[in-house]
Amino acid sequence: MNFFAIIGRVVLTLLAEIGRLSLFIWQSVSHVFRPPFFWRLVAQQMMRIGYFSLPVVALTAFFTGGALALQIYYGGNEFNSESIVATIVALGITRELGPVLGGLMVAGRVSAAIAAELGTMRVTEQIDALTTLSTNPYKYLVVPRVVAAVLTLPLLVFVADIIGIMGGFVVGTQTLDFNAGVYIKNTADFLKFDDVMSGLIKAGVFGFIIAIMGCFHGFNSKGGAQGVGRATTNAVVTASILILAANYVMTSLLFAN
Amino acid sequence: MSDAKIELRNVHKRFGSKVVLDGINLTVPKGQSLVVIGGSGTGKSVMIKCVLGIIRPDRGEIFVDGKNVLKMDSGQREAVLRKFGMLFQGAALFDSLAVWENVAFGLIQGRRMKRKAAKDIAIEKLAKVGLGPEVGELYPAELSGGMQKRVGLARAIAVDPEIIFFDEPTTGLDPITADVINELIVDRVKDLGATTLSITHDMSSVRKIADRVAMIYKGKIIWEGPREKIDDSGNDYVDQFIHGRAEGPIGMDVLKP
Repeated sequence: MNFFAIIGRVVLTLLAEIGRLSLFIWQSVSHVFRPPFFWRLVAQQMMRIGYFSLPVVALTAFFTGGALALQIYYGGNEFNSESIVATIVALGITRELGPVLGGLMVAGRVSAAIAAELGTMRVTEQIDALTTLSTNPYKYLVVPRVVAAVLTLPLLVFVADIIGIMGGFVVGTQTLDFNAGVYIKNTADFLKFDDVMSGLIKAGVFGFIIAIMGCFHGFNSKGGAQGVGRATTNAVVTASILILAANYVMTSLLFAN
Repeated sequence: MSDAKIELRNVHKRFGSKVVLDGINLTVPKGQSLVVIGGSGTGKSVMIKCVLGIIRPDRGEIFVDGKNVLKMDSGQREAVLRKFGMLFQGAALFDSLAVWENVAFGLIQGRRMKRKAAKDIAIEKLAKVGLGPEVGELYPAELSGGMQKRVGLARAIAVDPEIIFFDEPTTGLDPITADVINELIVDRVKDLGATTLSITHDMSSVRKIADRVAMIYKGKIIWEGPREKIDDSGNDYVDQFIHGRAEGPIGMDVLKP
């Protein structure tokens, strides 16, 4: 009996949470299209979310591209490795690793920062204060972050694609003694617009997940410093899991044909 | 009841199984200052947040200027919110903005005023709470608790509100600073001719700013009367509270968790 009560409680809590998240997303998205618009805040958030994430994302992409090149070479050196390394690095980075690893790195950096900032604003009543100053907190706090993240993540991932392929190129030409011209030609020949585009679409969705999870957990944090800490952890964990799950779903949809 | 600025009728609110408001009936007449006293955790803050629309009550009606705010759509609500100003317990200043931007926030974001004009008003309001224009350039973290409260007051009066809420305006201040804040509140409210609803457990604050006093206990208003009557209210609960006695009808179950 007790056992079923526990299951029931878990299910109810989960459903309530999903309901609250859905309402939160609805509120946020509906305010994206209703004036007034806070362009300055969007620009500011684009700097914070996008520009300042560049070093992290670039380094991640570079080393991933390099490691990928080595793995393919060691795994397949009996075959025509010089051509498949370049091709698989390019496809792997643009389709999967660029958006996913970039998204996860930004989730760690940005979801946490958003949750901590909004969480602190919540517990110090700054979010309530916005309401008393005729400013909708969704519009002022959530919308700029969501819009900025959805716009900048594809840009970040595009940069990550280039640097990731460069990582493969550097390892390929320096360590594995491939011919630079052949490597570039192989990359260019096999890489299609759709490969890059699918990664960028994923990146936009990941940006949405990152900002929404940060805002949602920040908005709902309670109970002082401990509550803010919990909100921060939850934001990063849920954003990361949702990114991986969404990635699977999108891969199966985008490459289904 | 035509001169009632704010009226709460039978307002109920519970969080989970905990009943916080258990049928609040309260009227704030136009131009008067009503102070609600009561121990910690008796539902004072929740009551104010219900009027502001930050928390939605489970049952009951709340009227502002004779209109039921719980039945309004979001547009009408925002119009009502423009009449309000609020001083929060912890001042709730936006720590990412300079002091003057905090004071001008309701003007710039809420009323789309030009920044320069809003800054002039902000500096004028800062002067009214005894702060020089140089303070306007500082950030909230650089101010003492008393100065933060002053800035909070300046922000609350910046939009010339018809109704002002004070949430424990003197909590955490030394007695002299508390008295200065009390006097500022009285003076500024008189300037504006505003109606005010305050919550506090500081009796010196009550004696200074109240026209009428109401006491909340276990989610109900148990006594209400003019300020002069609090010393001979004939109510044991009020007597115990204003004299700060541990012994009395207010049980230890409330004072100790």
